[in-house]
Amino acid sequence: MAQAAAVAKPPAPPRRRRASATPRRLPYLLIAPAALLMLGFIAYPVISVFYYSLQHFNPTKPWRNGFAGFENFTHAFTDDPQFWDTLVFSGKWVVVEVGLQLMFGLALALIVNQTFVGRSIGRALVFSPWAVSGVLTSAIWVLLYNSQTGITRYLADMGIGTYGTSWLSDTSTVFPAAIVADLWRGVPFFAILILADLQSVSKDLYEAAEVDGASRLKQFWHITLPHLKDAIVLSTLLRAVWEFNNVDLLYTLTGGGPAGETTTLPLYIANTSVDAHNFGYASALTTVAFVILLFFSIVYLRLSKFGGENK
Amino acid sequence: MITKEATVIVPAPVDDIPEPPRPHKKQRRAWDEAPRWQIYLPLGIYLVFTLIPFYWILLFALRPAGSTSLVPWPMTFDHFEKVWTERAFGTYFENSILVGVATLLMTTLVALAGGYALARFDFKVKRAFMLALLCSQFVPGALLLVPLFQIFAQLQMINSLGAVIIAETVFQLPLSMILISGFIKNVPYTLEEAAWVDGCNRFTAFRVVVLPLLRPGLIAVGSFAFVHSWNHFLFALMFLSDQGKQTIPVGLNTLMSADSVDLGALAAGGIIAAVPVVIVFAFIQKWLITGFSAGAVKG
Repeated sequence: MAQAAAVAKPPAPPRRRRASATPRRLPYLLIAPAALLMLGFIAYPVISVFYYSLQHFNPTKPWRNGFAGFENFTHAFTDDPQFWDTLVFSGKWVVVEVGLQLMFGLALALIVNQTFVGRSIGRALVFSPWAVSGVLTSAIWVLLYNSQTGITRYLADMGIGTYGTSWLSDTSTVFPAAIVADLWRGVPFFAILILADLQSVSKDLYEAAEVDGASRLKQFWHITLPHLKDAIVLSTLLRAVWEFNNVDLLYTLTGGGPAGETTTLPLYIANTSVDAHNFGYASALTTVAFVILLFFSIVYLRLSKFGGENK
Repeated sequence: MITKEATVIVPAPVDDIPEPPRPHKKQRRAWDEAPRWQIYLPLGIYLVFTLIPFYWILLFALRPAGSTSLVPWPMTFDHFEKVWTERAFGTYFENSILVGVATLLMTTLVALAGGYALARFDFKVKRAFMLALLCSQFVPGALLLVPLFQIFAQLQMINSLGAVIIAETVFQLPLSMILISGFIKNVPYTLEEAAWVDGCNRFTAFRVVVLPLLRPGLIAVGSFAFVHSWNHFLFALMFLSDQGKQTIPVGLNTLMSADSVDLGALAAGGIIAAVPVVIVFAFIQKWLITGFSAGAVKG
């Protein structure tokens, strides 16, 4: 920020805003491109989803199209076991994934926050999967899980398990297999955020605790954890929403299978609309997903104290 | 909004977050002194978990087809050649670069204009606009595929990279704008006012005084926009049907969903997909750290 100091040199004159420099329309002109893009490509699609959720709309069955009232919703809640299955799976996916990511991320952050030889290279390596995309993650784990030349083959060579095991096509192993693949790139996210927040813990607190004879565990419990609380809550919430919406990994890794075993609600919606062309019903399911997300965003806005400092 | 890592202000894969200066140097204290094995043992185990997948993809990309050796030797680049020409990754690569750069430019420009307005003016709809920005982070692009498809169909933009560029930009905008307005708030307003007194108009003052100070922040935001559109999969999958128009992630998915997966080609394709991201992060790491530490400002 040396630059800032250099530019700042001419002593700032008393606050004197020239009227000509701030035409009243300027802020509106400046936000116009962003506002138009968001209206056209976020707000309008959202509204059209609400509209279609009350319609029967299926281009392949045009004779049924028309106003549906809440039929799509009642169908989802009373008559569509797949909706419940995918909703439950979404919940399970988010809870397990976010819980484990937080646990490992926290542990990892605490470890690489210590002073030790090789710390910066250790950090760089540990965080490296963070920038890997969902599809690339799938590609990597497809190679690892491959039944012919994947990890299982070499494990079988060593006498662990059997040859030809394919974790991704077995209903009993697909869930943990997908969880591990997503953990691989998800843990660094938490580790990075928590590590960043750890930098601001006052060392004096630890020194004081040390003087008082508090154990390391006690220091963690009474100093570190309370300090990290806000960061943990916010990143957990954001990550939960992200994991809920994340389609790339499961779509490419398992395709929602085997036997629909790993289909999340968004994947089910995509299938309903893209493959089955049942846009009306897909819109109703989307609306349900929105309500769930809305709940999360309200919690988020409260916690991040939106507009708290605004006059 | 599917690859939504960007929802959060994430500092880059930092190798060393600068520690706050200590008042004076003392010897290490006991709280600093975890037993060494408590550090190296878990870290080592985790590193194995992190690095094996990377090694695995390198191994498959470099060893000849059909080999089961656990070291990539004899080394071959056949898979790369094959995937680049036969599997059209050369074309995908160009398309991905085009989408990435266009998204970067559009996101940065639009977010810069909007971010400036949010940082420097009070206007009637500001609060509502801010709320819309925050909320739109919770609207997943994956759930809006169908209406977006219909819009682009009406605009005759299906099968055009333009559709993907617009969609990527739109979902990058909210966070980028919040971040950039934070960066601008960090530049004292008096600097600009001083420039006006010296005879600059608002735009020149912004360009000469504010813009240079925003550089780290803009690089951070821009590179995120690039990496996200580079990694993102669903919009390209849905809006581009022509094979010659598709992007790298779609190409990878095609390789994966083939009946008999060519593992060598898949691995080589994956490495091609990773290269630009690695380069971007290597180049901009120091900017990312300053950029995001400056951006750690409430929206």
